[in-house]
Amino acid sequence: MIRILLAGQGGQGVLSAGKFLAESGLHEGKEVSYLPAYGPEMRGGTANCSVIVSETPIASPLCTVPDVLIALNGPSFHKFAPRVRSGGIIIVNGSVSDAYAGRDDVTVVDIPANDLAMEAGNIRAANMVATGAFCAMTGAVKEQSIINCLNEKFVGKPAVCDINARAFRAGIEAAKKQKK
Amino acid sequence: MKVFEKTKMLTDAHMHYCPGCTHGIVHRLVAESIEELGLQEKCIGIAPVGCAVFAYDYFNCDMQEAAHGRAPAVATGIKRCLPDRTVFVYQGDGDLASIGMAETVHAAARGENITIIFINNSIYGMTGGQMAPTTLIGQKATTCQNGRDPAVNGYPIRVCELLATLDAPYYIERVSTHDVKHVIAAKRAIKKALKFQSEGRGYTFIEVLVSCPTNWHMRPVDALRFMGEECTKTFPLGVYRDKSEGKE
Amino acid sequence: MSKILLHGTEAICEGAMRNGCRAFFGYPITPQNEVPEYMSVKMPQIGGVFVQAESEVAAINMVYGAAGAGIRAMTSSSSPGVSLKQEGISYIACARIPCVVVNIMRAGPGLGGILPAQGDYFQATKGGGHGDYHLIVLAPSSAQEACDFTYRAFDLADRYRVPAMILADGMIGQIMEPVELPPMRPLSDIPEKPWATSGHYGKDRRILNSLIIKPEQLEPHVNELQRTYNEIYANERKAEQYKTEDAEIILTAYGTVARICKSAVDQLRAQGVKAGCIRPITLYPFPDDAFSSNAERADCKAFLSVELSLGQMVEDVRLAVNGKKPVYFYGRTGGNVPEEEEIVEAAKGALGKAKSEL
Repeated sequence: MIRILLAGQGGQGVLSAGKFLAESGLHEGKEVSYLPAYGPEMRGGTANCSVIVSETPIASPLCTVPDVLIALNGPSFHKFAPRVRSGGIIIVNGSVSDAYAGRDDVTVVDIPANDLAMEAGNIRAANMVATGAFCAMTGAVKEQSIINCLNEKFVGKPAVCDINARAFRAGIEAAKKQKK
Repeated sequence: MKVFEKTKMLTDAHMHYCPGCTHGIVHRLVAESIEELGLQEKCIGIAPVGCAVFAYDYFNCDMQEAAHGRAPAVATGIKRCLPDRTVFVYQGDGDLASIGMAETVHAAARGENITIIFINNSIYGMTGGQMAPTTLIGQKATTCQNGRDPAVNGYPIRVCELLATLDAPYYIERVSTHDVKHVIAAKRAIKKALKFQSEGRGYTFIEVLVSCPTNWHMRPVDALRFMGEECTKTFPLGVYRDKSEGKE
Repeated sequence: MSKILLHGTEAICEGAMRNGCRAFFGYPITPQNEVPEYMSVKMPQIGGVFVQAESEVAAINMVYGAAGAGIRAMTSSSSPGVSLKQEGISYIACARIPCVVVNIMRAGPGLGGILPAQGDYFQATKGGGHGDYHLIVLAPSSAQEACDFTYRAFDLADRYRVPAMILADGMIGQIMEPVELPPMRPLSDIPEKPWATSGHYGKDRRILNSLIIKPEQLEPHVNELQRTYNEIYANERKAEQYKTEDAEIILTAYGTVARICKSAVDQLRAQGVKAGCIRPITLYPFPDDAFSSNAERADCKAFLSVELSLGQMVEDVRLAVNGKKPVYFYGRTGGNVPEEEEIVEAAKGALGKAKSEL
């Protein structure tokens, strides 16, 4: 079982990245749950969601102590970094945040998600860069599953799909480099 | 030789209305109209809360008794699901224009294909003569014992005029029951409304002025005169909307 | 059939539509807006009716009309909106009109907050509106159950001619989980309703009414309702028990909170504490048998009710346990959800207290 907390600013695609992870887990025959934390504002507020991918039935859908934190901005990184399980992983968007978690019992993966997304064609694909990094670091869901999700979501919008797929692959590569 | 027959759309139940009240007349007009149009078997009526609360005992068709003011919502639920049925609503002024104003306005705004019979006797009858949203200026009621004072109680609400500001209603008319001529005219309007509904034309609303000798503290004849002379000043009779005649 | 990822709210809608719901009336309020939004798209596709009502009051009365005309009808809201519906629900209960009401609970009282809560337990299970009546209340804890229980609620409502409620917390309103959808039930398969006011077409006319002004008639009517509730109590109580066989401390919770409790039970067991969990599935009728049978076990030491309220279901737990064992309470409010660790500590505390008082 892997508990993933995705967090960032509203509009950064935190929730859709979470859904992709849940969707991918489901397609791979695993148990999944996806629980967004919502605020009253439609745009611009903070957004986070808890995703669990598991081989066994999921009891609590909460990720109060996540195995992996994906933080797409600085405030989210600093808010949730202390909660990550000892030995866990933090993927942080280095384009807009520092990467100092203040603890040495977790692996911090610093990915310039915004920059890589812009290189891929659109800053809004930063969520996919982070998702790519997540796949490379954990192997919790298969890369092809995420690609399948993108194809499904952006059916009829091949250009948008390509940008997101490129961003996703850039995330994978960036994380692999850090692993070495 | 034609012998007078009571319409089959009314049951044989003894009506509870006070002597001199014209509710009974309106019941008959509605019932006759439904029967004459051949709608009785596919007709569902909604009774209100107020004097006409027992209407389900009098109209000889499927009936639902609604909560106070909610009859247009109940009618919406039925008519949307069973659009080929005839759905009529019978409501008093407190029910329709006070506690149920939201349901009234929105059913009209949606243009629900239903017929609303609105009984305006400018008083709360069943509960014992309290001020209604239609109580006339200066008219006495148990909750404005010196007469309705605009400074304290505001002004009466003219529902036909209010609903005629909306785009959707197909037919809106105000009629009265203070004499035979007007009763006949009232029947014509009610039947027309039900016919429009059966043709699927949309929202129809007939306001009927009715007397309340008991709570007006008048003899029945005086009450009819008061209705004809005073009530019609505040509530002018006439057609406020008739799309079949191009009257928007 | 394969599973698809669905929101809890979408699962509720699918459960309804697949068991013959053909009319939905609602009004916007967070956190249940996905229900009317989904229904506004889906209902017309299956020949059903969707109306955005002018208020929650109007919505429940549209349900009264539609369900009274024999159509399977539903409305949905969240706590403050459900308060507004109480008048209509009371009339519906008295007129014996089967329908389904969904409450995705948010934190109260008053306008409160939009985050998950369970503060409407009393309202849902004890009547809610005026007069002697009850609804059948089902509490889903997953998206799958949101679908399955809503499906079932329509059958229960029809069978007993009572309103049924899906009482879910805000987490059910937001969670996405894999759901296996039941097949679409043909309308011809749903038993006819001879009492429905749908136009009598030459047969005896029908009346749906909640005004029974004569005391000698109203009392038998209310007694008849009560007989139905007794029958529902006898037939429909339902709870899930998790590792209770040898449990010394029994946690109890409903809805998504029960899932956190299960995780807490696992953690307690890993620490050597014999814990178990009873999850009431029907909140009305309350599954008191699950509690009384455990209370009689010698090795059962205490119960702990965990709720997103300041102690509502705990009263029914105490009635069911009937003084045989101590019943403790742990609750959070305001939209805060207890974490596993909090519940573990509360359970240890409760067990310790029970043992020291022996």
